[in-house]
Amino acid sequence: MASHESNYTPGTAIEKWVDDRLPIIRWSKTHLMDFPTPKNLNFWWTFGAILVMCLAIQIITGVVLAMHYTPHVSLAFDSVEHIRRDVNGGRIIQAVHATGASMFFFALYVHMFRGLYFGSYKAPREILWILGVLIFALVMATAFMGYVLPWGQMSFWAATVITNILGAVPVVGEPILQLLRGGFAVDNATLNRFFSLHYLLPFVVAAVVALHIWALHVPGNNNPIGVEVKSSRDTLSFHPYYTMKDAFFMVLFLIPFAWFVFFAPDILGHPDNYIQANSQVTPTHIVPEWYFLPFYAILRAIDFNILFIDSKLGGVIFFAGSILILFVVPWLDTSKVRSGTFRPVFKWFFWLFVLNFLALTYLGAAPAEGVYVLLSKIATAYYFLYFLVILPLLGRLETPRPLPTSISESVLAHH
Amino acid sequence: MNKPSSIVAAVLMAFTLGAIPATAQDEGGHATPTIQKQSWSFGGVFGTYDEHQLQRGFQVYRDICAGCHSARLLAFRNLSEHGGPGFSEGQVKALAAEYEIRDPEAENGVRPGVAADRWPSPFATEQDARDANGGAIPPDFSVIAKARGVTEAFPANIWNYITAYSEAGPDYIYALLTGYEEVPPEGSEIPEGKYYNHVFPGHAIGMSPPLADGSVEYADETFPRTLDQYARDVSAFLMWAAEPHLVARKEAGFRVMLFLVLFAGLMWFVKERLWAPVHREEKLESEKHAA
Repeated sequence: MASHESNYTPGTAIEKWVDDRLPIIRWSKTHLMDFPTPKNLNFWWTFGAILVMCLAIQIITGVVLAMHYTPHVSLAFDSVEHIRRDVNGGRIIQAVHATGASMFFFALYVHMFRGLYFGSYKAPREILWILGVLIFALVMATAFMGYVLPWGQMSFWAATVITNILGAVPVVGEPILQLLRGGFAVDNATLNRFFSLHYLLPFVVAAVVALHIWALHVPGNNNPIGVEVKSSRDTLSFHPYYTMKDAFFMVLFLIPFAWFVFFAPDILGHPDNYIQANSQVTPTHIVPEWYFLPFYAILRAIDFNILFIDSKLGGVIFFAGSILILFVVPWLDTSKVRSGTFRPVFKWFFWLFVLNFLALTYLGAAPAEGVYVLLSKIATAYYFLYFLVILPLLGRLETPRPLPTSISESVLAHH
Repeated sequence: MNKPSSIVAAVLMAFTLGAIPATAQDEGGHATPTIQKQSWSFGGVFGTYDEHQLQRGFQVYRDICAGCHSARLLAFRNLSEHGGPGFSEGQVKALAAEYEIRDPEAENGVRPGVAADRWPSPFATEQDARDANGGAIPPDFSVIAKARGVTEAFPANIWNYITAYSEAGPDYIYALLTGYEEVPPEGSEIPEGKYYNHVFPGHAIGMSPPLADGSVEYADETFPRTLDQYARDVSAFLMWAAEPHLVARKEAGFRVMLFLVLFAGLMWFVKERLWAPVHREEKLESEKHAA
């Protein structure tokens, strides 16, 4: 589809002149307007565009915030309050940026679950998926460092606890930990380098997003039935059909976004982060932001030694593994059928996986005691079993339902 | 995954994911008692501050709390800004002038305050604050109303997201100020120099009961000079101090929401109109197939 012929004819002499030198208008017309897109994409496919919007919002608000923010341990907390209290429009920009992180992750999770359900990672879209997982990992790193910048109690202690886990890695752990912190403890050097990296990483994310979209434009979109596009009858041009549909859902997405920004800007955060960081006072309960909770639950679930691996390193291995495993999903899932719609058994395991993920989110916030410890272990086990056992086996054991011969046939069947 | 069920699933997911952050705090309660939600003039989406309540709350803060608690981010000028206690600029100027501001550039290192100054702290250093308070630091009051919260278990907390509940701070402060008990319940050990408060985590609080009936003289006699009234007023004042532009924020919110809802509606119609020929063609074709 990337190879489809461009049907751009320069309208004016200037356009012709530009086209001969840098065919950017031709490229835009081919890729941003005429790009043939399956006509049956549903609501879940709008989250790609929503995520681009989220990234743009974070970068724009973030650049403005950086104009007023001071990355110093004795000034950072007050400078964020200064933005909220004294900077023109500051309280809205700051609230959009803070709430935006949550909205970004919400959209990311939906986008990823959509990929998992509809088998969007399968050949020939493995690289597309891998780049997506890379974006996810980079966004996690960016969000984590961003959360440290207001230098509240939760910022400081999250930074301490999370960087600490690196120290569990044998041999290289300790030096990496010191390099990351810029010293032996989380302090001014840590804040400065986190600020620097927090400014850098979003642009790296933007670059990987460009690759992600490039990798999308080579095989074209997957679609809800997972049957490849067979003819032009199966597709519509991206513009105006999908630009309009995406734009509508982007506006719709902004409604709950604005609800939080204007009416409950603090509800997604933790009150302790309104207390300035203090290395002498540990909060009674250190919890990460909600979007890290599932992985935090996995980290904490490993509270036992495995052979020569102590529980701390074990936790780090499972924590890292829970994200790294996503990179190889294309090769773990052996089913030839892409879409979960035609996989009667897979469906059950998939929705159980979604529930399990929500359970992990809940457990990440629960105290590590009593029944929660056992439940965390069960949920962690299912998280890994899903990828390592269920996906490989199901492809061999399950009999999928018959696939429609083409997208247009399946669309007709719905009328 | 047909359309209606996808949307139901999306809504469910939104709720569940959204409901979780609050549980993050729930579990950390450490036997904190349930804190009653109070009715605040600034509560809910439509709430605004009650000017007179903020003035009374300011009086309580100034007469009682400010002796120990700083509010270093609060500026005198904030007191005359839109949506706040509604003092006139002249009043604020006069008020600021009553205070001495430490200023290394001034003669003798101090000068009278101006409206642009921040609220002067009662203690010069952290150590001074500790020495005067039995080793404990009285926390700064600038954003204290946001630095305290109440805890509610899932799924009850879902309602908080729908109603945009943001008054957990004042609810906590009110409960704390009215939560002292002269005689600690049996079995609880309160160390020397500490006081029993059933709301405070751990119950042993370093601050002696700061308010009692009659401790502040309100000019307006229609309001009872009771602990309950003082606690309510100062909690409201502290919420304002933490969020002085709450009213402006909500006003902007209504304009934004109204725009977004109308814009989304228009977008929906444009999208439907645009896609109508596609759907019509498909329908025709499927009828042809059926025939």
